[in-house]
Amino acid sequence: MEEPRPTHVDLAAAFEDSGVREVLEELDRTLIGLAPVKSRIRETAALLLVDQARRRMGLATGAPTLHMSFTGNPGTGKTTVALKMADLLHRLGYVRKGHLVTVTRDDLVGQYIGHTAPKTKEVLKKAMGGALFIDEAYYLYRPENERDYGQEAIEILLQVMENNRDDLVVILAGYADRMDRFFASNPGFRSRIAHHIEFPDYGDAELLTIAERMLDQQNYRLDEAARRAMSEYIPARRGQPHFANARSIRNALDRARLRQANRLFNEARGPIDADTLSTITEADLRSSRVFRGGLDVDRATGQAGASQAAE
Amino acid sequence: MKLRQGQFSFLPDLTDDDIRVQAQYAIDNGWAVSVEYTDDPHPRNTYWEMWGHPMFDNPDAAAVVFEVNECRKEHGGTYIRVIAFDSSPGWESIRMSFIVNRPADEPGFRVVRQEGEGRLVRYTIESYAMREPEGARYA
Repeated sequence: MEEPRPTHVDLAAAFEDSGVREVLEELDRTLIGLAPVKSRIRETAALLLVDQARRRMGLATGAPTLHMSFTGNPGTGKTTVALKMADLLHRLGYVRKGHLVTVTRDDLVGQYIGHTAPKTKEVLKKAMGGALFIDEAYYLYRPENERDYGQEAIEILLQVMENNRDDLVVILAGYADRMDRFFASNPGFRSRIAHHIEFPDYGDAELLTIAERMLDQQNYRLDEAARRAMSEYIPARRGQPHFANARSIRNALDRARLRQANRLFNEARGPIDADTLSTITEADLRSSRVFRGGLDVDRATGQAGASQAAE
Repeated sequence: MKLRQGQFSFLPDLTDDDIRVQAQYAIDNGWAVSVEYTDDPHPRNTYWEMWGHPMFDNPDAAAVVFEVNECRKEHGGTYIRVIAFDSSPGWESIRMSFIVNRPADEPGFRVVRQEGEGRLVRYTIESYAMREPEGARYA
């Protein structure tokens, strides 16, 4: 019944056929910076292609372990890359559906005895055929409370990661130092995860490009003065607490759009054109409290920052 | 006597991979797949015990195979079937149903004849397994 084994494989052709090239190119095009992450993904893709070729020639047996951990500061693109990763694995035929299920501790751990196992299993079943992305995975383990149900979720997770290796890929994500501590106290996890990928912080220039691209996607643009203001905003924001890389930029832009709308509403006398509607000016950015010393200023005046909670 | 109910019952027993492919077909059609078990093999026993909830939002059939195996751990000595429910208007009914697990020993059915008025005879069938109380059937 088995097909005859080929004696040669054409890796270049396999690369073209699998559609991996599109994913990698899309990754290059849509993600700014993250050079080490991209090179790791390229390496992983190469490994899987070679593995596939070896399997076709009967040299390899069993699926490789594909569970991963993504470590990095908030807003460095872990979820975005996880989505691309699921797509990549799907195109290479390592997962059947290629969807990504994103969960946190709340989705896995129950409230009372006997609640955790069904909850975790439900999530795992939903993720089968795709990838399960566990954000801030270290919250699963609470060493200070030995009766915490997180341990139960971890055990089920480990069991399924081992027994249903062909059915789903688990990606754990979180801050680097806390993930290290999590792995140190759960050696079972460490040994079951082959790929550890670290996400570096974005540089200021990268964040500016990201800002422009985000605006572009929503059909907004920065005028020249606003661009300058943005490039000053980024280092200023970085120096303040709760900086979350691209996410902080997105929040800043959301607030700038709010101010722009408000400004247009107050200033506009008569009809305005599309250009005015889609331009963010310097004033919209400069009025940010980041330029006035940041969140602490608001604290002092008693306005708890809603935006800070959102970060 | 091998119980012949539902689809594929005249074929050799389905492997896990067969189950996955069939369940995937159901999922791809948008039907909710669920796992059920019983120790009452009578053909008119429509409502089997549910093993968990119907799986409405699992895109991949590996979850079904996973549940079948979980159910086997607990109820490996009884009949387990996978059914696919089609909720679309006009159907609202079971589209697929096939047995995925059966007891090691299936004693089969006997015919029971009941004498009625005149020379009338009513026929019915009864599984030999049903002579034991619930839970004690199929050892």
